[in-house]
Amino acid sequence: MAADTLMDFDKALELFEPVIGFEVHVELSTHTKMFSSAPNPAAMDEAQVDPNTCITPLCLGLPGSLPVVNGKAVEYSISLGLALGCEIAPVSRFARKNYFYPDLGKNYQISQFDEPIAFEGSVSVELDDGSLVEVPIERAHMEEDAGKLTHVGGATGRIQGAEYSLVDYNRAGVPLVEIVTKPIEGMEHRAGELGRAYVSTIRDMVRSLGISHARMERGNLRCDANVSLRPRGTTAYGTRTETKNVNSFRSIERAVRYEIQRQAVILAAGGSITQETRHWHEDTGTTSPGRPKSDADDYRYFPEPDLLPVEASRELVESLRQALPEQPVLMRRRLRAQWGFSDVDFGAIVNAGLITEIHDTILLGVDAVAARKWWMGELSRLANDQGVEPGSIATPEDVHALQSLVDAGRLTDKLAREVLGAMVAGEGSPEDIVLARGLEVVSDDGALLAAIDDALAAQPDVLGKIREGKTQAAGAVIGAVMKAMRGQADAARVHALVIDRANESG
Amino acid sequence: MSDLISMTASDAAQALAQGSISSVELTQAHLDRIDATDAAVGSFLARSTNALEAAKRSDKARHAGENLSALAGIPIAIKDVLCTTDMVTTAGSRILEGWLPPYDATVVTKLRAAGMVPLGKTNMDEFAMGSSTEHSGYHVTKNPWDLSVAPGGSGGGSAAAVAAKQAPLAIGSDTGGSIRQPAAFTGTVGVKPTYGAVSRYGVIALASSLDQVGPVSRTVKDAALLHDVIGGHDPHDSTSIATPWPSMSAAADAGAQAESLAGVRVGVVRELAGEGVHAGVRQRFEETLALLSDQGAEVVEVSAPHCEHAVAAYYLILPAEASSNLARFDSVRFGLRVTPSGAPTVEDVMSATRDAGFGDEVKRRIILGTYALSAGYYDAYYGSAQKVRTLIQRDFAVAFEKVDVVVSPTAPTTAFPLGAKMDDPLAMWAGDVTTIPGNLAGIPGMSLPMGLSPDNGLPVGIQLMAPAYQDARLYKIGATMERLFFERDGYLVSQRVPEVA
Amino acid sequence: MSEMTPDSVRHLASLARIALSEEEISRLSGELAAIVQAVESVQKVATDDVPPTSHPLALGNVFRDDVVGDTLTTEEALAGAPDHDGSRFRVSAILGEEQ
Repeated sequence: MAADTLMDFDKALELFEPVIGFEVHVELSTHTKMFSSAPNPAAMDEAQVDPNTCITPLCLGLPGSLPVVNGKAVEYSISLGLALGCEIAPVSRFARKNYFYPDLGKNYQISQFDEPIAFEGSVSVELDDGSLVEVPIERAHMEEDAGKLTHVGGATGRIQGAEYSLVDYNRAGVPLVEIVTKPIEGMEHRAGELGRAYVSTIRDMVRSLGISHARMERGNLRCDANVSLRPRGTTAYGTRTETKNVNSFRSIERAVRYEIQRQAVILAAGGSITQETRHWHEDTGTTSPGRPKSDADDYRYFPEPDLLPVEASRELVESLRQALPEQPVLMRRRLRAQWGFSDVDFGAIVNAGLITEIHDTILLGVDAVAARKWWMGELSRLANDQGVEPGSIATPEDVHALQSLVDAGRLTDKLAREVLGAMVAGEGSPEDIVLARGLEVVSDDGALLAAIDDALAAQPDVLGKIREGKTQAAGAVIGAVMKAMRGQADAARVHALVIDRANESG
Repeated sequence: MSDLISMTASDAAQALAQGSISSVELTQAHLDRIDATDAAVGSFLARSTNALEAAKRSDKARHAGENLSALAGIPIAIKDVLCTTDMVTTAGSRILEGWLPPYDATVVTKLRAAGMVPLGKTNMDEFAMGSSTEHSGYHVTKNPWDLSVAPGGSGGGSAAAVAAKQAPLAIGSDTGGSIRQPAAFTGTVGVKPTYGAVSRYGVIALASSLDQVGPVSRTVKDAALLHDVIGGHDPHDSTSIATPWPSMSAAADAGAQAESLAGVRVGVVRELAGEGVHAGVRQRFEETLALLSDQGAEVVEVSAPHCEHAVAAYYLILPAEASSNLARFDSVRFGLRVTPSGAPTVEDVMSATRDAGFGDEVKRRIILGTYALSAGYYDAYYGSAQKVRTLIQRDFAVAFEKVDVVVSPTAPTTAFPLGAKMDDPLAMWAGDVTTIPGNLAGIPGMSLPMGLSPDNGLPVGIQLMAPAYQDARLYKIGATMERLFFERDGYLVSQRVPEVA
Repeated sequence: MSEMTPDSVRHLASLARIALSEEEISRLSGELAAIVQAVESVQKVATDDVPPTSHPLALGNVFRDDVVGDTLTTEEALAGAPDHDGSRFRVSAILGEEQ
């Protein structure tokens, strides 16, 4: 397939004004699914759950099965609506969205159509330079997720060219909230950056609300980016495309830029944009067309006859409003001041999506610098190797346990890194690993002195040099002692003891 | 043996309690009856292989002195629209041929918990779409009164089984008259409870906002006893009513003992007793009204003017909901799979499967329903039909301010010959004009026999409807009426079914 | 209002995933044209001031607690499947795209 021609980004923006919009799907972390009492895999810690093990008759659309609404999911949805600054509908209804696809157990999705639970809101989003943008929210509504398809036999594991497909309905019925923005104008060169910042803000929001684990690599948080261009000086919206499969903050920014550049070439040549869904390819940094929108997208919405309306009482809404945590922008500004990191360092934490982890680690009593060091350093490196997020391989409690050992002098920084690696590999808690591997720093001076004396015996001239004032000669002894102790010694203490020895024999 | 199958469920329950018969004897008698007659009648699709086991368990529990439910040990037939883990469940369709559900419908769970003995699954129009059982994907059920006429539908199998004494009781489902009309055609009793009174969990859905499961029997008391077993809130069904119900059986007893109908206000619905009603049916209906009046009831005419549009509204709402409910039959997770030759996509397999597995009436209604919901047509069709529903509900609310129950002939005609209406869907649908309004309004309705037609000797039924939640009123008034019919005629129509050849 | 032509029936059959034969399409378009004409009458009384009824009984706020209930085993889930590999359902190649 021929590659798209792209216009230079700046040139594209000279000619055209981008209008963007985002649809974010949040998988809620309730214990059970939206309409059935099957266990909810989006709430589980395990990355892999055996196929078709979280199933009730409704998940398969068995004849005679019926939906019953998960009350907790409704509360979570209302809380999210409130955090998005939305009105909460006093009465909202479910509707059937009818279409055939093998990952839908009933060949309709229970969603909400013209009576969503939340509408007309606004979210403050902070850009890299600290400026604030108010992103207008059209609506947030409740619906259920579909199952997972695995395509077999094709070259790339994608649909095209596959021989057959396998269906796992574990995810079918997982509670979703879909958040839809209104069209966003005026972002110009920063359209992609806004996308990144917006989704990052939503992620922090749902995690601090405690309603979703929002692990993007597991699909707990999914984003579709809508992009259209209009010629400078005009007011009518252009035809937009919808890009799916953008699975990270960075991808959102790149996908938005790509679409702007791609559409600009077509429009500048006098062509027109096909209204379609496109697919983002992380490996090539491109989008490719899916099926064009057609008559087949007649979803024939009608009110769900198996479910009754949701009537959110004022008392419930107000009590949920009282319980709302701090808005992400406010929280970030407060933490930036409290933690005292440079803007660059703090921005890196935001972009890495580690605000919550570091915040929670500090709450447990770990020093901010240490918390940042572990999460942004070793844990990010280890997570990157595995292609997952740092939050998947460790918890704030783990980091606290580890740093406590360092603070207590029982581990050096270097040993702590070793313990961390073992912990991530599943060998147990930091305490377990220290005991199992015998890594604890030796604090017994007698043992240290014995090793020091051995080293001095092997290097007899060192003591003399120290007495002459060349204290740096101690370095060779310290090195030998650390080696003999397999690193399980506090280098500073060894140094002090070597100096004492030198002074003694004088 | 013939005594055992002629007993009402109520009398059989008493005999079991007294120890004069056992459930095993009772069950065996009915199994024998089915063996002897079902080749001719065709009530059943599947037969239970566990019936005698269940009967033995019931007898054992009784001997052990356990506290048993009123209908423990009584055999029962179940319309094949309810899921049963131990009997193939098809909803009368080839697309579910051989399907064994992994779960029981809540109603089935209740029957088992009450110690009843399921005998088998009864024949029905495919996915309950029909008024004669001729649209079953399997075979045609005959009316025990005359094997050349239809037993009604969609629940012809359950009604025929009870009329032919193959079972004293049966479970049916009613979306537009599928319990009541077969009751009228076969001279039996059938009740559609208030919408939400009986759980729909495990009931293969036709039109979710109209479907309701109910009892099929030969007497009002028997229907009441069964209603008490199957009714009640079910957390698995969001549309099921949570408020507790009074005893229908006590209501039936009170009605049977009532001296007269003094104080009962009866409304005759003008629009449902009008032109389309055949002469023989009309005659029996007028006679019945006179009887009620003689016995102290205040009989007045009431009007439900929007019933004129009831059939039209129904045949928009039902197909729309059904087209969505039946989308799940797609060859992927259960049921039939037809794989066309070549390299078919899953879409090809779905389409070929549905064309092969669904009958004509089902396809007709799915296409109609898809149309009614499609972009640009929703407001004109489905949206408008839902407004007609509101208007009909209001009509009945106004009527019930003046009367306690409303009445009409259950069906405009007696049972029609097999094959008579198969070429004209609209003619088949028109027969539902009397029963459909009750489903649209969600109110309860009962059909009981009011005589035999002077034209052809076939049974004629009278329909009673009450306000929502007032199901007990139907059993009370119905029981009185049944006693009055017996006193007038010297027999109950349900006892007069000719011997099946 | 649109007429129920063979083309409209073809389109509806495609939406409903039923592979109707030409004979079926022709027969159905005749039947359904008559039916649509008969049911159109609902529009006459369905005026703007009348609210639609989706549920016969005015109930609301029916919820369940967030507690795991009875689930099916994988065997039970696959028991009715026309084709499966022991853990997942198997279907022919898919033409369309995910929604």
